[in-house]
Amino acid sequence: MLKREDIDNLANLCRLQLPEDEKDKLQKDMESILAYISELQKAPSLAEEHLSENYYLRNVMREDSEPFASGENSEMILSQAPKRKDNFFAVKKILGEK
Amino acid sequence: MAEINLKDLTIKKAHESLVRGDFTALELAEAYLEEINKRNAELNVYLEVFADVRDQAKAADERLKSGQDVDILTGIPMAIKDNILIKGRIASSASKMLASYTATYNATVIEKLQERGVVFLGRTNMDEFAMGGSTENSAYGPTKNPHNSACVSGGSSGGSAAAVGGNLALAALGSDTGGSIRQPSAFCGTVGLKPTYGTVSRYGVMAMASSLDQIGPIGKTVDDAEIIYNAIRGWDRFDSTSYNLAQPASAEGSGEARKFKIGVPYSFFNQGGVDQAVLDNFNKMIEKLKALGHEVIEVEMPNLHYSLACYYVLMPAEASTNLARFDGVRYGAHVEGKDLLEDYTKTRGEKFGREVRRRIMLGTYVLSAGYYDAYYNKANQVRELIKRDYTKAFETVDIVATPTAPTPAFEIGKNTSDPLQMYLEDIFTVPINLAGVPGMSVPTGKTETDLPLAIQIVAPWREDKNLFALGKIIESCR
Repeated sequence: MLKREDIDNLANLCRLQLPEDEKDKLQKDMESILAYISELQKAPSLAEEHLSENYYLRNVMREDSEPFASGENSEMILSQAPKRKDNFFAVKKILGEK
Repeated sequence: MAEINLKDLTIKKAHESLVRGDFTALELAEAYLEEINKRNAELNVYLEVFADVRDQAKAADERLKSGQDVDILTGIPMAIKDNILIKGRIASSASKMLASYTATYNATVIEKLQERGVVFLGRTNMDEFAMGGSTENSAYGPTKNPHNSACVSGGSSGGSAAAVGGNLALAALGSDTGGSIRQPSAFCGTVGLKPTYGTVSRYGVMAMASSLDQIGPIGKTVDDAEIIYNAIRGWDRFDSTSYNLAQPASAEGSGEARKFKIGVPYSFFNQGGVDQAVLDNFNKMIEKLKALGHEVIEVEMPNLHYSLACYYVLMPAEASTNLARFDGVRYGAHVEGKDLLEDYTKTRGEKFGREVRRRIMLGTYVLSAGYYDAYYNKANQVRELIKRDYTKAFETVDIVATPTAPTPAFEIGKNTSDPLQMYLEDIFTVPINLAGVPGMSVPTGKTETDLPLAIQIVAPWREDKNLFALGKIIESCR
């Protein structure tokens, strides 16, 4: 069972500020979705070693080569930033006063 | 200007007319712009019609006139889903988070189509970040079904399917994580292909669930879908999960003469919850295929009914991770808070829509300490079981067939208050993404109220070509 403080805690982990009235609905929705996905527990078990056979879990390596010329895309990318200072993304200071 | 019959137009016919000079690429583009002008306000298919459509068409005409470097797609007008990047143009994923985001590079599929001289008409509406099955989760309002504007177009590639189904584009690109190309195609009467995972590069499509996402074509005919598929597929150094598929062989009976062995997992969908019109139409198509000499047998796929539960663990888990990149710092929207943390929480809380927030919460929950084994690890095991169901089925059959969706297009607003009910719309399409196999939705008729119905055919890994072969047979006998 999900408690209201679980929702608050999750929202915090998700970096989501949620309106209070949405939390009630969300709690209800998540409970019914979690009840549905708990069906999975009834599925047969599979030994861990078989998972590595998954073709979509293979590792793909490549040479770290052919870089873009330095600065080639900087202006274009920075132009999308909500806030910038020269060639940097601008953010508020991270260290608090407390 | 020559009168162009958009309704009966296919890529091949358009190409022949362009080469013959029956009409120019500019005239063709203008014919579509006129239709868009007439119907887009009502249907809400395009979020933006590009201002330079005529210039693109003129460039295609130059190419056609010179006769040099002419491709079957040169001058063909296409619609592009709003989560696929075209450099210099807005790509918003139908989200307020990216309302004015301008793509800084081209998706690989876009590069490939541009090289061939495709004319991009505009970017199409979708469920926000491709999360949904009706486009009702778009921040810009739902796309209406071109066959009945009281109904949804399906989703998440609803705009792309409605564009093609309503003759507002000759073909389109969509993306499919759990049915987002096939289900709207079924609702809008178009052909929609989710290729084998890895055959089409995902570079430049906004990631939702990376192990499930795939770009694919939406066309009016199987032939159109095949032409676009062949244009966009192939290994890409920017997508390490992509690979080259051998040229689809025309060898050994891939033509109309080939007889297929088709498996139907009846016990998977005969458990209720499927609309009677859908079942009747499906069974009728199966009888027609039998009459043509194809063999149809029942296949046991006992783990398929865990697919949706499995999907709603893995997809939110991956989506919540992928969407962590939206922080209001590097691109997209920014909402001012009292400190950096509040910048994040306000930006994400206010600019993500309700369904996106719900899936981020769900994904974070199933990945959190204490629940990781019960949900995420278990789901990965079940995914393997589902994959084995297909492996086993394909030992005896060439194709697995089901309806594409459990219902025809439903009324706008019908499922919006109950997310679980909405999720059930994906029941037949999600197993295909979990297994990574290719699947295609092909129209098979209409309901009494004139809403399209469709069959979903599924082939073994890398056997996408069999879908085209059987799809064409289905088209010829529907």
